[in-house]
Amino acid sequence: MSTQFHVAHHFTDAEQQRESAKLGMWLFLLTEILLFGGVFVAYAVYRVWNPEMFINAHKALDVSLGTINTAVLIISSLTVALGIREIQLGRAKTSWKYLLVTILLACVFLVIKYFEYAHKFHEGQLPGKFYTYEGIVGTNPHVFFSIYFLLTGIHAFHILIGISLLTWVMIRTMKGHFSSEYYTPVEITGLYWHLVDLIWIFLFPLLYLIG
Amino acid sequence: MSSTNHSNVSYLEDKKGLWNWLTTVDHKKIGLMYLGLILASFLVGGILAMLVRMELISPGEDFYSADTYNRFFTMHGVVMIFLFIIPSIPAALGNFVLPLMVGAKDVAFPRLNLASWYIYVVGLLLAFWALLYGGVDTGWTFYTPYSSEVKGPVAMIGLAVFILGFSSILTGLNFIVTIHKLRLPGITWFNMPLFLWGMYATAIIQILATPVIGITMVLLLFERMSGIGIFDPSMGGDPVLFQHFFWFYSHPAVYIMILPAMAIISELISTFSHKKIFGYKAIAYSSVAIALISFLVWGHHMFTSGQSRFAAMVFSFLTFGVAVPSAIKVFNWLATLYKGSISLETPMLYALSFLFLFTIGGLTGLFLGTLAVDIHLHDTYFVVAHFHYVMFGGTVVAFIGGLHYWWPKMTGKMFNETWGKIGAVLVFLGFNFTFMPQFLAGFRGMPRRYFTYADEFTIFNVLSSLGAFFLGIAFVIVGINLVMSLINGKKAGQNPWHSLSLEWQTQTPPITENFAQDPVITHGPYDYDTQEVNH
Amino acid sequence: MSEKHSHVHVTPLWVYLAVGGALLVLTGITVAASFVDFTALFGIGSLNFAVAMIIATIKATLVALFFMHLYSDSKFYSLTLLAGIACLMIFIVITLLDTNYRGEIYEIEKGPIEPKAKIYRSAE
Repeated sequence: MSTQFHVAHHFTDAEQQRESAKLGMWLFLLTEILLFGGVFVAYAVYRVWNPEMFINAHKALDVSLGTINTAVLIISSLTVALGIREIQLGRAKTSWKYLLVTILLACVFLVIKYFEYAHKFHEGQLPGKFYTYEGIVGTNPHVFFSIYFLLTGIHAFHILIGISLLTWVMIRTMKGHFSSEYYTPVEITGLYWHLVDLIWIFLFPLLYLIG
Repeated sequence: MSSTNHSNVSYLEDKKGLWNWLTTVDHKKIGLMYLGLILASFLVGGILAMLVRMELISPGEDFYSADTYNRFFTMHGVVMIFLFIIPSIPAALGNFVLPLMVGAKDVAFPRLNLASWYIYVVGLLLAFWALLYGGVDTGWTFYTPYSSEVKGPVAMIGLAVFILGFSSILTGLNFIVTIHKLRLPGITWFNMPLFLWGMYATAIIQILATPVIGITMVLLLFERMSGIGIFDPSMGGDPVLFQHFFWFYSHPAVYIMILPAMAIISELISTFSHKKIFGYKAIAYSSVAIALISFLVWGHHMFTSGQSRFAAMVFSFLTFGVAVPSAIKVFNWLATLYKGSISLETPMLYALSFLFLFTIGGLTGLFLGTLAVDIHLHDTYFVVAHFHYVMFGGTVVAFIGGLHYWWPKMTGKMFNETWGKIGAVLVFLGFNFTFMPQFLAGFRGMPRRYFTYADEFTIFNVLSSLGAFFLGIAFVIVGINLVMSLINGKKAGQNPWHSLSLEWQTQTPPITENFAQDPVITHGPYDYDTQEVNH
Repeated sequence: MSEKHSHVHVTPLWVYLAVGGALLVLTGITVAASFVDFTALFGIGSLNFAVAMIIATIKATLVALFFMHLYSDSKFYSLTLLAGIACLMIFIVITLLDTNYRGEIYEIEKGPIEPKAKIYRSAE
C-alpha cells in the first residue's frame, strides 16, 4: 500500500486529487451561501419595510440561549479545526476525539434549538397562518417568525447533515483510513462545518440582536 | 482500475450491458445517457408545442378548452426549459467532449457526475408524473399569488425544479474543477478550445444562480403549505418579490442556455472555415463578461410588474450591457468566416443558421430591454418570438449542430450528409416560418398565453401553426437521419471534419480512458494556418 | 494552474486557540453592544445594525482565514468565496432598489392634450 493508494485513475497525483476535492467543496459552499442568500434577501426587504415590527418581534427570542448556541458552534468550529490539525500531523488517535467533541457540541446546539422551538410552538409564535401569538405590536409579525423559522430551520437541517458527515469521517478516522498523506474527506467536511458556523455568525445578530 | 491494458476497445464495446451503463462513471456514457433522456424530453416538449399551435390555428376553442391550453403551454415551457435546454449542451455534449478537450481521462468527480444524472432522472420523473397528473397552468414562471393558491401539482413541479437544479449545479461544479485541475500540461487558459471557456462561464452561472431557484421553490412550497407571507399578498407578502427571486435565477439561466450554444458555434465556425478563430481572447473574455453581467439585469422581465421606476431604469440601462459582449462574439465569428475556406457541411449549416437567428433574437432583445418600448411589447407574441429566436434559433440549433458535429466521435458512425443538409435547411426554414409571424402579431398587440385571439391576428397564427408542423417534420427528418446512421451509417474516421481540437486526436469512438497515453500538445486547437491536419 | 507543494502548511496550535478565543470575545462584545443604542447615541441611522454587522464580518473573516485556511491556501479559494458574497450583495442591493422605491411615480402635469393624436382624429 503506497501513498498513491487513494489516487483515482483519472488524477495524476494525490496533490491534484486533493486540490480538486477542495475546489469542488468551495464551489459547493458558494451554492450554500446563495441558498441562504434568498432568505437573507427576504429578511432585508421585510426588515426595511417593517422596522418597528422586527424590533418588537425579536424580543420574543431568547438572547441568552442564542448566545450560548453561538459559543457552542464557535467552539465546535475550533474543535473540528483542531481535529484536522491532528490528522495533518498524522495523529489519528487524537483526531477522532476532536471530531467526537464536535459532534457532541453540534448535538448540544440542536438540543438548545429544540427548547427554543418548543417554547415558540407553545406561545404560538409560528410562521404564517399558524401564528396565533398576540403580544407583538406591528404589521405582520408572522412574517418575522416565517423568516426566523426558515433561516434557523434550514440552518438546523445543515447541522444535521454536518453531524452525519462528521460521524462518517470520525468512524473512518478511527478505522485508520486517514493519515497525514491523505485526509481530504476530513478536511472538506471541516470546510462544510465552518460554513455552517459562518452562517450562524450572521444569523445570530440578524435575528437575536436587532435594535 | 489501475491495471488498464491499453487496448483499443472503444468505450461502447467496453463493459456492455444495462447494469454496466447504469453504474458507469465514464463521462462519455453518462453524456449519452443524458442525451437519451434530453432528446426524449425534447420530443415531449415538442409534442406539447404542436398541441399548442394546433389550438391556435384559428380563433376560439378548436380542439380543447382554455384550461387545457393553459396546462399545455405551461408544461411545454417547463419541459423545454428545465428538462431539455438547460441540461442539453452542458450535460449531454459537454459531458462527452469536455474531458476529451482538456486531455483528461474523466471529469474531476466521476461519481458525482453519475449522481447528477440520477438526480436529473428523479426530477424528470417527478415532472412527467405531474404532467400525467394533469399538469399545472401557472406558466413556467410560477408567479405568485396564483401559484401559491391554485389547485394542482404545483408543489410537485416545484420540487422537480428544485431537484433538477441540483443536477445542474453538480454538472457545473464538475466542469469548473475539471477545467481548473485536470488540463494536460501544455493546455493553457489561452490555448484551450473556446468551448471550454463557454462551459466555464456557464458553470459559474450554474453555481451562483441555481441555488436561488432552489430556495425560491422551497419558499413557494412553504407559502402553499403554511402561508408564510413572503410572497402571498393576502398574508402580507409581496408577489413582486417572488418575481425578483425567480428572475434572479431565470435570467442568468437564459445564459446557461445560450453560452454553451455560443461555445459550440466557436468550434464549428473555426473548424469549417479551416481558419484560426478571430479574436480568441475577445471571445473568451466575452463569455465570462456575459456570465457576470447576467446577474445584474433580471429586472427587465419585470418592467410592468409594479417594481419601482428607479429599479426599472437601472435594469433597463444595465440590460444594454449584455449586448456588448454578445455582439463582440458575433463580429468575431464573422471575421473568422472572412476569407476562410468554408466547407458547408451539416454542422456548419447549423452554425450559419445560428448566426442569422441569434442575431435577430439578440437585437429584438434590445427592443424589449428598452423600458418604454417594453411597456408596449410586454406579454405579447413579440416576446414569445424573441425568446424562441434566442432559445430555439440560438441554443437548439447550436445543440443540433453540435450533435451532428460530435456524432461521429460519439457513435463511430457517419450520418448521411445529404439528408443532414436537407434537415438543416428545413429546420432553418421551418423555424422562421413559425416564429417570424409571431413578431408581427406581437408588435400589433396580440397577447401571449391565451387560447384564442382577435380575428385580425388569424393570418399570423395560421402561418405560425403551419410553420410549426413544417418544423416538426424537419425534426423528424433530422431524427430519422441520425437513427439511420446508427443502423447503416458508414464507419467514421478519427477526424472526419479535419479539426485540430484534441477530441479528434483520439480514436473514434474513444477508448474508455480517452487516450491511450497522455497526448503531447504541440499546437493550439485553432492553428489551421500553420498546422497540417491529420485525417 | 496549481503549484505543487509537497507538504501541507500546518497552522500552529496557538493560532487556532487565539482565533477561537477572539471569536468568543467578539461574541460577548456583540451581545453587549446590542444593549447600547448607538443610533440614539450618535444620531446616525442604522448604526446599531452597522455595528452588529461589522462585528459579525470580523468574526466570519477570522473563521474563513484561519479555520478554513484561506490565509495559507491558494488565493483562488478566497476569490471564489468573495465571488459568492458579491453575488449575494448584488441580489440584496438591487432588490432593495425596487422595494425601497416602490410607488414613486411621475406627477402628471396639467397641459393640453395633443389634439393631433390619431386616436382623437379617428373619433371625430
